[in-house]
Order: sequence, then structure tokens, then C-alpha cells
Amino acid sequence: MTLTIAQVSKQYRDVKVLDEISLTFEIGHIYGLLGRNGAGKSTLLNIINNRIFATSGTVVLDGQKVSDNEKALNHIFLMSEDNLYPDDLNILKLFKLTEHFYGSFDYEFAAHLVRAFKINTKTKFKKLSTGYRSIAKLIIALCVPADYIFLDEPVLGLDASHRDVFYKYLLDTFMKRPRAFIISTHLIEEITTIADEIVIIDQGAIMQSATTEQIKRSGVRVVGPEASVLAFTKEMTVMDQETLGGLTTIYVQNYPKNSIVPEDLTVSPLTLQDYFIHMTSKAGESNEI
Amino acid sequence: MKFDFNSTKPLFQQVNDEIEAAILSGAFPEESQVPSTTEISKSFQINPATVLKGMNLLVDHDLLEKKRGIGMFVKTGAQAKVKTIRKDKFLHESVVTVVKQAQALGITEAELKELIERGYQQ
Repeated sequence: MTLTIAQVSKQYRDVKVLDEISLTFEIGHIYGLLGRNGAGKSTLLNIINNRIFATSGTVVLDGQKVSDNEKALNHIFLMSEDNLYPDDLNILKLFKLTEHFYGSFDYEFAAHLVRAFKINTKTKFKKLSTGYRSIAKLIIALCVPADYIFLDEPVLGLDASHRDVFYKYLLDTFMKRPRAFIISTHLIEEITTIADEIVIIDQGAIMQSATTEQIKRSGVRVVGPEASVLAFTKEMTVMDQETLGGLTTIYVQNYPKNSIVPEDLTVSPLTLQDYFIHMTSKAGESNEI
Repeated sequence: MKFDFNSTKPLFQQVNDEIEAAILSGAFPEESQVPSTTEISKSFQINPATVLKGMNLLVDHDLLEKKRGIGMFVKTGAQAKVKTIRKDKFLHESVVTVVKQAQALGITEAELKELIERGYQQ
């Protein structure tokens, strides 16, 4: 099963929120969708899930257009920050409502999750704290029969222990029933090991889409005296630059393997989070602080 | 097992190294079953494909063997083999690095030798 997003754009009056986004999502992968605030992540997820319309472009699941196609949409689920649930219902009723819409619901797995998170299924949704609202929505997202599960800021308000529980159960259910999980999050470090594919969106466009490993191999930081750093990185793709007195740091993308490093320079690889920060930083942003 | 998620070493390589270390220490004895991909993936919150890649590296190096339908087992002679692999790495990587750093700091060969000898006596 393949979900293809082809040249999707979204325009609000004269503001282009999404600009020709093209992506494919395959079953059997966990995707990390990264982007700064306002990058267009939620808009994209809402379009894929038929909650809003694209100005142009298509979302196609195995050759079938997804928009207003109930059959195709049944394979896709979005857990978003917006509360679309009737908040007078208790959690158990929300499970039943989901079952009604999607045809089935994994009550057995839901029972495990309910125990692990110590949530009371008799509690009304509106009575839940922010963290527990996220938990209730997460349980639903992990138990729907859909094949494409989009999670928009899934761990919002969850404490460290609950996040730990969530990641473990996510991997557990992913291994038992391979699906595609697409996780949009600001907690980059936490998904570095979980996601095997990364998509970076910036200002409404895809900046990069690659495996987590490729990205981790691609970025380095070169530190040393300014003239030497500049000479060494002259032919390279520079993402960002910082200076501290005479010490210059240049962040490089697609670092050429086997480069011979001059003695006065140190080259060290970047974590995914550092890579993201320096790739999406606007010119000079880090130096203005 | 310990994984440094911010390390620049690829995660699958870390999976390989940690299992290697457990074989060397005897925590995973020869002919015994090692934890499954599922167990490792869940306990350490690592994508199962990454765990599998690391484990397959051990199969390629003849340290683990797959028994169909049961799981992965430590091969006979794996402990000695890990020792050889690590010894090789030490001689070819660690020693070279130490000599290079010594040279950069102007430490002579005689000085370095003396320091090593002293280390052995302690």
C-alpha cells in the first residue's frame, strides 16, 4: 500500500502555506515529520485526511484519490490537536464511536493501554487534563484498524514516564501489525531512534526527505579559525554559521566522505536535532541572540 | 545495554557493539538465545529495522546464528572471536590515535614507551 502526495499546494488569499508538496508514505515505516512552528505540517496533515481541501494537487492511495473517498479514507487516521470529539462522551464511548466509523476497534490492545496509562474509561473527555486528553486520543489512534496513522504532536502534555510508555507501545503494535506511522513532533531527540524516515518541512516546502541514517551521516560541524574554516568549506553546502571571537563554526550538509581535515580544524557529526536547527535557521538567526 | 542516542555512531552499529560486548562479558553465553528484535526494540525504543540491521551484522560476522522459528543464538566460539575483533580494532584504531595525538603534542616515542611501561607496572 502506498500513499502518494503529489504537488499539493494550499493558498489562503495571497499566502502560500504549502508549495507543491510531493511525498510518498509506505507501510512498514515510522516517519518523523519535522518543521518549525508555522511550517505547514498541520495543514498538510489536514489535507491528507480530507479535513481541508488543497488548492491544487492530489492525495492518492493505491491509485485511488483520497479526497471525499470514504473507502480510501478508512485506511487513514489523524490524531490532531483539535478536539473533534463530542466532549460529553466518556472514553469507552469514544472507543465505540471510533469502531462505528472505522468498522472495528482493537479493544484488547486498548485494555492494555488503559492499564498502562492508568486512565479511567468512565471519565468524560472534557473532564480530562491536557495530558490525559492526549493519552485518550493516542489509545484511539493505536487501536483503529487504519493503515496510515498520522500523529500530530502526540505527546503534548505527557510527562516523561507516559511518553516512555507511549513509545514502547507504539513500537509494540507497529511490530505486531505493520502500518505507517507519521509523527509530527517538536521533540526531535525522542523520535531519532524510533523513526527510520525523516521529512523536514520548512516554509511550506519539503526541505529534505531521507532515512534517519542518511541525515545523520550528512551533517557535520566544522570548528576552527575563521580563514581556515571558510577555506575548507568553500565548496561544501553550508547550512549555518556561528562565530565566537576568532572561532568560527560552520554547519555543513552533504559532507563529502573522506575529506582530509586540516590540523587546525575539528569536524564532528551532528545529531538530528542540531541538523534540524541549523538547516531551518534563518540567516544569521543564531548570531542575533 | 546502553545506547547513546546522541552519539554520532550509527545506531545499528551501536546495537552490534552492545551485543558484541555482552558476548565478550559472558552475559550472552555461547549457544544461548539472545533477546529478540522485538524485545530490544521495545526496551530501548529503537526502530525494529535498525535493531535487525545491527543483529544481521553479527550474523554476517559469524557471531550469531538464526534458528528458524525460534530466534537468534550465540555461536560456539563467538566469545574468542569477539576478543580477536576487538584486539584488532584496538591495535589498528586506538593505538594509531594515541600515537597521532602524542605526535601533535610533541611527545617523543621514548617518552610514550616509558609511559606505557609504567602503566603496565601499576
